Amino acid sequence: MTVIAIRNGRVVDPANVTDEKFDIFVKDNRILYSDEITESEIEREIDATGLIVCPGLIDICTQMGEPGSERSSTMRSESMAAIAGGITTVCIQPDTQPVVDTPAMAHMIRMNAQQHSGIRIFPLGALTTGLGCESITDMAALRSAGCVGVSNARNAVSNTLLMRRAMQYAATFDITVFIQSHDPWLTGNGCVHEGPMSTRLGLPAIPEAAETVAIARDLALVETTGVRAHFSQLSCARSVDMIAESKQSGLNVSADVAIHNLLLTESDVQGFNTLCHVLPPLRSESDRDGLRNGLKNRTISIICSDHRPTSTDDKLAPFSQTVAGISGLETLLPLTLKLVEEKVLSLQDAIACLTANPAQTLGLDTGTLSPGSLADICIFDPEMTWELDTERMLSSGKNNPFGRSQLRGKVIHTIVDGNVATDSI
Amino acid sequence: MPQDVQLDNNGRLRHFISLQELPRELIEELLTAAESFIDFATRDIKKVPLLRGKTVVNLFFEPSTRTRTTFEIAAKRLSADVINLQSDAMSTTKGETILDTVKTLQAMHTDTFVVRHNLSGAADLIARHVPSHVHIINAGDGRYSHPTQALLDMLTIRQHKPSFENLTVALVGDILHSRVARSEIIALNKLNTGEVRIISPRTLIPTGVEELGVKIFTDMNKGLKDVDIVVMLRLQLERMEGQLIPSRREFFQCYGLTEERLKQAKPDALVMHPGPINRGLEISSSVADGKQSVILSQVSNGIAVRMAVMAKIMGGTGKKPHSAA
Repeated sequence: MTVIAIRNGRVVDPANVTDEKFDIFVKDNRILYSDEITESEIEREIDATGLIVCPGLIDICTQMGEPGSERSSTMRSESMAAIAGGITTVCIQPDTQPVVDTPAMAHMIRMNAQQHSGIRIFPLGALTTGLGCESITDMAALRSAGCVGVSNARNAVSNTLLMRRAMQYAATFDITVFIQSHDPWLTGNGCVHEGPMSTRLGLPAIPEAAETVAIARDLALVETTGVRAHFSQLSCARSVDMIAESKQSGLNVSADVAIHNLLLTESDVQGFNTLCHVLPPLRSESDRDGLRNGLKNRTISIICSDHRPTSTDDKLAPFSQTVAGISGLETLLPLTLKLVEEKVLSLQDAIACLTANPAQTLGLDTGTLSPGSLADICIFDPEMTWELDTERMLSSGKNNPFGRSQLRGKVIHTIVDGNVATDSI
Repeated sequence: MPQDVQLDNNGRLRHFISLQELPRELIEELLTAAESFIDFATRDIKKVPLLRGKTVVNLFFEPSTRTRTTFEIAAKRLSADVINLQSDAMSTTKGETILDTVKTLQAMHTDTFVVRHNLSGAADLIARHVPSHVHIINAGDGRYSHPTQALLDMLTIRQHKPSFENLTVALVGDILHSRVARSEIIALNKLNTGEVRIISPRTLIPTGVEELGVKIFTDMNKGLKDVDIVVMLRLQLERMEGQLIPSRREFFQCYGLTEERLKQAKPDALVMHPGPINRGLEISSSVADGKQSVILSQVSNGIAVRMAVMAKIMGGTGKKPHSAA
């Protein structure tokens, strides 16, 4: 029976609208407050003076490379990166190899996660078999096997009838459908936002309509099927407006945005900077502002890393041939704190976007520091500034465009299920 | 954000990738140097020993006739040794990356690579990964840049028109896929051209192109009104992925340059085309071969411009060929 005392920290717990200094305790794998603890039980003291104590972060979109691309990254390596970033839970997409379209695959991922990762990993199941957009999966069985929702990853379901049936079926079992809306024809082989920068660089471009056309279709289907839908990684201001309108009319929808789309724009790909090659692409300044407004007015409730580790070679080619993605687990928190610094979000709301809100969308009972809840905790120094050295990142992917920039906010301890996970890295 | 790689710390031209980041003075200096090389072609002995002992590799990952040939002639007239490598003969087809191909050739102590590639940013990528004594000249990459083509067109214009300030220049046709168009728009704006127009159907105009400094026309007759220079762009049928134009016939009817249409332009307007020409698709034979056409002098100017660029980059730096700084 291990008891850890976390003393003098500023406890920020958006789920309970808490922001004040007090001690909290971890006994076994649960959080307790002082009245449930006798001082003699305490085996470890963590001095959190000047630090913020918040629920362990939940990243709603992470790619781990396993199974399928273990050569570039593994659950082990990426979990270490997550722990370094204060992240205790990640949700992974079904686009592994093989695809998570059977209960057996979901079981395997959950077992591997338990044995090797040291964090909580929840898979999404595939919406269609093999993500092939031809038949729907055994969604009820996938859910029983531990999938927290279904998704077709970035493989757009262009067959509208199949999409409607998939939503109807998911609604039958109250399963959330996660959608990365984009029109495959308008996206084509595009790799950057369609705008002045794509024209200047002569790169194949993805117009705004690639996202808005698909969101309009998917919202219409959500409305008629009544499914609970989560729109992943919005990139356009107009998408935010559409989601806001649908929420107002009572649809059960939520949305997230990748942290890089809140901080970078199309102009960051200047000089063919392949580290800024992401999907959906970095868009215009007004899109970035629209996404920020969406966070402010709570149309978007979740910020994710959209973590995609790549090898160095994957980024060393002519821009359009490089693999899209940013290795973002280790910078999710400091970059989100940048939004607090720039007065886009209050600290409480920013933390909510990384904890309570994703927990709610994923249907998890973590993401809070309520007494009795699972002891997933992130303790960070909000003032410490540090320079990101991408070569020293724990993720196998060193692909992060914020290398050599000054970040503020550093994770000191990450506690997962009552264990101080940062001790082992 | 990666910085431009073309100029070294002393502002000297190291690579020639895109005109965007180069100062106007440098562009004018290259044009003046090119003019001095034009006479060469008419001499008995067409060589100078400026680049003797240097090796130029024409590294063409995409087929080309005139660009490769003119680079080869330019290098030989400067007494450099030239090696030509065409994409089908190279190991990239076996899965080798372009950077590995360049490293292999570099190990053979070559000095300059003239690179043509079908993807935007390829020359820039190579330039960022070669040692400091190796130079990269972009002979056209994807839709991004074809700076020597733009320079030779500027030279052609300069031979016929006293200044750029009062000129109206129209680029006609496939702007979307054209690296020539992008480089020409940049060059013309750098040289303070009075007005730069593009004339094209909406499907072939890239979004936000007006921010590069052009006026957009979709009506050929209106767009040609009183222009001094008409640059016809090649319709790159091999790059047209979708139905960007309905048919060759309709395109020629709406945007083909005929003698009749050319009357909209100023009487002394010049007709240019970077080649290869699609007769009857973007330009009628009578215009292509007519007296306002300067298409063939573009080709010979190409040699002079490429000599000027190579001389500027490789010659007269006073450095030893392999003093990797």
